[in-house]
Amino acid sequence: MSAEGISKFDLVIAGVGGQGTILASDIIGKAAVKENMSVRAAETHGMAQRGGSVVNHVRLGCELGSMIPMKGADVLLSLEPSEALRYLEFLSDDGTIIVNTDPILPVTVTSGQCSYPDVDAIIAKLEETHEVKAFNATELAREAGHPQSMNVVMVGAVSNYLPVSVETLVECVKELVPQKTIDINVKAFEMGRSVIQG
Amino acid sequence: MSTREYMLGNVAIARGIVEGGGQVISGYPGTPSSEIIGTLAGMKERDFYVEWSVNEKVAFEVAAGAAMTGVRSVVTMKHVGLNVAADPLLTLAYTGVKGSMIIIVADDPSCHSSQNEQDTRRYSQFSLIPCLDPSTPQEAKDMIPFAFEFSNKVQMPVIFRPTTRISHGKSDIELGPVEETRPSAEFVKELERWVMVPKNARIQHPRLLESQKIMQEELENSPWNSLELTDGAKVGVIASGIASVYAKEAIVKQGTNASFLKIGTYPVPESKIRTLLENTEKIIIFEEMEPIVEEQVRIIAQQTGSTVDIVGKIPGPVPRIYELNTDICADVLAEVLELERPDVPAEVAEDFDYDRCRIDLPMRPPVMCPGCSHRASFHVMKKVYGKDAIFPSDIGCYTLGIQSGTVDTTLCMGGSITVASGMYQAGEKKPICCSIGDSTFFHTGMNGLLNAIYNKADITVTIVDNRITAMTGHQPNPGMGKLATGESTIEVSLEELCKSMGAGFVETVDPYDLEKTEEVFKRAKEHKGTSVVITRQYCVIDAKRSGIRRKPFVIDAEKCVGCRLCVNLGCPAIEFNTTTKKASINAMCTGCGVCAALCKFDAITEVKK
Ligand code: SF4
Ligand code: SF4
Repeated sequence: MSAEGISKFDLVIAGVGGQGTILASDIIGKAAVKENMSVRAAETHGMAQRGGSVVNHVRLGCELGSMIPMKGADVLLSLEPSEALRYLEFLSDDGTIIVNTDPILPVTVTSGQCSYPDVDAIIAKLEETHEVKAFNATELAREAGHPQSMNVVMVGAVSNYLPVSVETLVECVKELVPQKTIDINVKAFEMGRSVIQG
Repeated sequence: MSTREYMLGNVAIARGIVEGGGQVISGYPGTPSSEIIGTLAGMKERDFYVEWSVNEKVAFEVAAGAAMTGVRSVVTMKHVGLNVAADPLLTLAYTGVKGSMIIIVADDPSCHSSQNEQDTRRYSQFSLIPCLDPSTPQEAKDMIPFAFEFSNKVQMPVIFRPTTRISHGKSDIELGPVEETRPSAEFVKELERWVMVPKNARIQHPRLLESQKIMQEELENSPWNSLELTDGAKVGVIASGIASVYAKEAIVKQGTNASFLKIGTYPVPESKIRTLLENTEKIIIFEEMEPIVEEQVRIIAQQTGSTVDIVGKIPGPVPRIYELNTDICADVLAEVLELERPDVPAEVAEDFDYDRCRIDLPMRPPVMCPGCSHRASFHVMKKVYGKDAIFPSDIGCYTLGIQSGTVDTTLCMGGSITVASGMYQAGEKKPICCSIGDSTFFHTGMNGLLNAIYNKADITVTIVDNRITAMTGHQPNPGMGKLATGESTIEVSLEELCKSMGAGFVETVDPYDLEKTEEVFKRAKEHKGTSVVITRQYCVIDAKRSGIRRKPFVIDAEKCVGCRLCVNLGCPAIEFNTTTKKASINAMCTGCGVCAALCKFDAITEVKK
């Protein structure tokens, strides 16, 4: 858990290269700065971008380093089910997992070298130790207008936990997504937000 | 208007260059340094010169030349790039500069995207050029205007060394004012200073050594070093660069009562170290990678006859490899101070027990994009040369071809052709076919090719030309007819270049055309001497950005017999269903058509509209 004198809120965002983890963390980081919070974030660049596993750290109200210690995060936001399990070590014992249940099969699986675990089994596993909010964010994004807005659906979902106002978050969504997709993304954000409140 | 903005560390560094009034900025792309020039080149209003150079040595010399005329220059690269520029670095220390020059070298502890994790601070010691080591993106930005000023004051270039977590970290950044004055360029002939013939170098070396003391004192009192002596604390913690924020967090977390010395400059702040030595019984030193601060502290302790117990890396609990983090620092503090150990010991970070989850996670390695033409080139190369052939390779997206079995060596930028030649000259009898990208060829591949041809190496050199520097984020290179800023320029012909170096066999082919490519490679293999095959096709990401749309492909389940020929190509868009024993194509397909050409049963066709 985030602690006094260190950080107000620690968030780990996990996913696969190409899913838009950087945009998701940018929306949150930018919103926090607008509300006068200091922010530190670390992101994955380079090699891992080509479909590899990626993880971003976002620390709100923090003036130290960007890396969240083991078992330090308040929330683990995972844009892909198996990636939630991969970065579980960062989540504090009483932290929450918000996870998109739509899997992305790595080449090792599509080519038959490895198998992909059953999504229900992954969720059940996560539920053994933590509070889990699992839903198909990709489906919601499709309903909102485009499956690519899945990352914004997830930002909407985590907005229920962040120490940042919804208005500021929506403002940042509008500022950061491509002009012609603003409506789709605002809708995606709201759908994600209400799923968790649901 | 708010002067605080949320930005990437490299963007903050670029902002620092603008604030400090940088005038000539050059560099070669390399993760994690690339976004600095990318940001500057993308600015709409610009009153500085910015270029992507062909390699780090060239970039370095461009910046050095500019600084000799009195202006403010910057060169950017990653740590391994400094090896390429090491030659001018060591001599520029002798000549110094007249204006200001900042040598930005981004280090990558833990090798997130690098072939080694060397510590640039060693080059600072080696060359006797001072170094600044930021602990946060904010500090990184603020250090740049300081560095320009300091460099000009002491007439020496300054190394600035961010690490991955600074360059690719994000933070709220307090912006500063932009320096408006611009010194104008005027080179003044001073032979003793600028011409390093032995007679002059002999004079400059002692001058350089003398200047160390002055620079050390000047840096000692800069804002980048700070000493907090805590009343009654028997323990002192010294931390440098980014390790200082990790150490600080660990101290706060554990409530350790300790004095704290943060170091951000080299040569290190000697009197602050002496003061700390006089006021503590035990000192713990945290720094990423090499024990550079620690060596200095041990020297100072020995000189002053201090009996303080010094704990760090030699030998010690602080690891000399990979990145540090708060957990490692907390764990070391706990061990050394015999405190209660934190609930998650540092080892957990390294071998987190996935079995504990009782679910096997599939590996998710980075791969070449769906439809990437390198995959097609590699497929044909392997077919023609055979899997026993030797495939030296280089650094770029195509290194991911390691999964195709066509990347047998990767030494350094430009090292493929030379390694291939060396193997041939050693008497290796197996066929040798090396691969190198277009940008890498312009970087240092050219010299290797010239050498191979001249010395009659019987090898095939494949230039996988995707018309861009893809791996580091799509920067332009001399083959594209485009400058860093997007302005048009000449387009260098790889064919003419290779021919003019004397290559007897130079052929260009579209790798998506498998048949033709195979035919060309066969002839290249037959050719006695150095043959060059240029496989040219746009990088799919770049193609998509410039509006090229191809129809995706589908697999007819009726016709698919499950032979897996297409699956073995390794394209992420092709999936294999182990129950139905049929292949299928997912939404990621970019329509390169390579898998269709492979299928013997005509099961793969273009989607019809
Ligand atoms: S970025 Fe371009 S060159 Fe790199 S793997 Fe993708 S298609 Fe190939
Ligand atoms: S055509 Fe075949 S090889 Fe090319 S991108 Fe599509 S699925 Fe992959």
